[in-house]
Amino acid sequence: MDDNTIIFQPAPARPAPSSRVGPRAWLRANLFGGWKDTVVTLILLAILALTLPGLVDWMFVRATFFGDADNCRQAGGACWPFIVDKFNVLMMGVYPQELGWRPAVCAIALIVLAALTYTNRVRGIVLIVAWAILPVFALFMIGGAFGMREVDQSLWGGLMLSIMLALVGVIVSIPLGVLLALGRYYGPPVVKSLCVAFIELLRGVPLITILFMASVMMPLFLPPDLVINNLLRIQIAMILFSAAYMAEVVRGGLQAIPAGQTEAALALGVSRARTIAFIVVPQALRHVLPPLVGRCIALFKDTSLVIIVGLLDFLGMIKNASLDTTWLGFQAEAYVFAAFVYWLICYSLSLYGRELERRGPSAQKR
Amino acid sequence: MSFTKRTAKPGFSVQNIGSALSQAVVLTVVLGIVYVLFTNTQENLALRGIESGFEFLDHEAGLPIGDSLIEYNPTRSYGYAFLVGILNTLFVSFLAVVFATILGVFVGIARVSHNWLLAKVAAIYVETLRNLPLLLTLFFIYSVVLAALPHPRAAIELVEGVYLSKRGFYLPRPMAEAGFSIFLTAALAALALGLGFWRWAVTYKMRTGRPMPGFWGGLGIFVILTGLAYLATGRPISSELPVYAGFNFKGGLAMKPEFASLLIGLVLYTAAYIGENVRSGIQSVQAGQIEAANALGVSNAVVTRKVLLPQALRVTIPATTNDYASLVKNSSLAVAIGYPDMVSIGGTIIGQNGQAVEIIGMWMAVYLTINLIISLGMNYLNARVLHVER
Repeated sequence: MDDNTIIFQPAPARPAPSSRVGPRAWLRANLFGGWKDTVVTLILLAILALTLPGLVDWMFVRATFFGDADNCRQAGGACWPFIVDKFNVLMMGVYPQELGWRPAVCAIALIVLAALTYTNRVRGIVLIVAWAILPVFALFMIGGAFGMREVDQSLWGGLMLSIMLALVGVIVSIPLGVLLALGRYYGPPVVKSLCVAFIELLRGVPLITILFMASVMMPLFLPPDLVINNLLRIQIAMILFSAAYMAEVVRGGLQAIPAGQTEAALALGVSRARTIAFIVVPQALRHVLPPLVGRCIALFKDTSLVIIVGLLDFLGMIKNASLDTTWLGFQAEAYVFAAFVYWLICYSLSLYGRELERRGPSAQKR
Repeated sequence: MSFTKRTAKPGFSVQNIGSALSQAVVLTVVLGIVYVLFTNTQENLALRGIESGFEFLDHEAGLPIGDSLIEYNPTRSYGYAFLVGILNTLFVSFLAVVFATILGVFVGIARVSHNWLLAKVAAIYVETLRNLPLLLTLFFIYSVVLAALPHPRAAIELVEGVYLSKRGFYLPRPMAEAGFSIFLTAALAALALGLGFWRWAVTYKMRTGRPMPGFWGGLGIFVILTGLAYLATGRPISSELPVYAGFNFKGGLAMKPEFASLLIGLVLYTAAYIGENVRSGIQSVQAGQIEAANALGVSNAVVTRKVLLPQALRVTIPATTNDYASLVKNSSLAVAIGYPDMVSIGGTIIGQNGQAVEIIGMWMAVYLTINLIISLGMNYLNARVLHVER
């Protein structure tokens, strides 16, 4: 190697023209691309300018955070002491105040388990068992077991009741939905048609009619001396309703499993039942986890309908609170708070659904 | 199709006696349960002194209904009252489907817009509405938004004859004057002529390859001829304006707050879902398709109409079918804010005579029929219009 070797050194790249980078370019590309874009942007900005300041003013600036109803009326903004005053009732209805620690323990357990699930710390069979035990634990804690004072179910209410209805509904309706889907997909003709009839009937009618059925018609179906309380009847209705939808989701997963999987298992001499239980169903469920989360969100939103058949869930308590004469005229605050809570729960669930989609089988294939 | 079905379930076919027996057992058990439920019901009804059967449909209802499309008074029969409910359900669902579709398409397009602000606003709209229970949205609209409107005395006048107040919305009512039937005939003829021109233009374009503005030409023919007929027959449509008199508006078309809340709530909620369908439809079309069409020099409008939409709709239509069906079912939330739909009126009837079995059966029959009609209609659309394969 002599010293005259010239190594090719490209000149450093020139910076992009100023019209292509920086905030001005971003504005041009994303907000003022052409006259149409500019018009749309200006209209939207005008609408935001007209609404947002008023909203912020009402919610924070002129709002009252401490005080009573009279302070609120003088200030003229949102009245947050109203929510603070009603907080216990909104969370657990007319559940005895001094026993409030029992639902609180359940809520903490739920939050911890949810966090562990989201961060993927607990998985597999432990995860399933933990989620299956949680509602049983909650039922005993809230209802009173292990020698604790019993609390009648007519006293359960508020957000606690909404979450209980949804949690028990989801946890019981998923296995039921899997069975229905299997019946529809693999069952012999009689079982298949029964499953199809059940699924299509429940999916074809509004939840309200099924809730009416549970609250008005189910007592007629049962023997005269057998009385089931209203809450349990409505819980059963929600489970059956949800199971029909879960079944359709699971069926989509069953259809996604290639025939080679079952063929291989059968060729190896695995029995039919074991093939379905240990090869088809686990894979199918993995495929449909994101839409199953979607159904959970839908079920949680649907629990708000129980107000129509006389249970006082979270929305029911919100409605009740907004009719309280001491705090008359602060309905908007109650509904804004309700919207915030429902949104927080549903949106975090949907984030979890997206996370599952990212981790899921269809993502790995790509 | 039979091929895939066979391979999907190898060895699971049922041909032997054992399975026939087990099926017979299942059927017997189910029928047995149904029989027990039936006898229980008979016993319970007898115990509570509730009649059964559908004779009550002929009895006088005696229940007031706040909002009816057809002439109704409490002396009419239960059957007629229930019919009023069915019509209300269909009416609000139909209007909501139309408006939700229009808004949903806008939202879906806005979601994929290059305009950052528009896309963000649309995303916030979708994520908010989809993550709140519809019932909460309805309560909010009914008891916060509409209740904040002024008393009719100080009603907001949007344009002439359109008033917003907490007692409801008031619109001018179109009234047919003399000569209306002649005008209507002429308008229909103009419509037929316009459609005829459109069809002819399409075949002309196919035959000669020369451009012919079929849609706009046809629309022009229809609008111009209808306008001429309107003038020629002496303007046979007048409008009756709502007028504030006493404590409320008289005349015009009145929209009760219950109806307005239900309609607005259903539209906003369903539009969020339809918007997502439209968005995923648009995003399902591969970018290469659009780029190829652009490279061939096809104009943006034609790319949208002939390349993007036909492929996007294949994804959008089936999902939207489900949302239409949900909308009809969701209209039953009317009962919570007091709009007299089928469920609300049926619920009142159950309260009066306790005949829950019959009423719930009627509800289910009507909803299942509506769902069936929606899915048949949308399947037809899907098969005939959208799945044109080479």
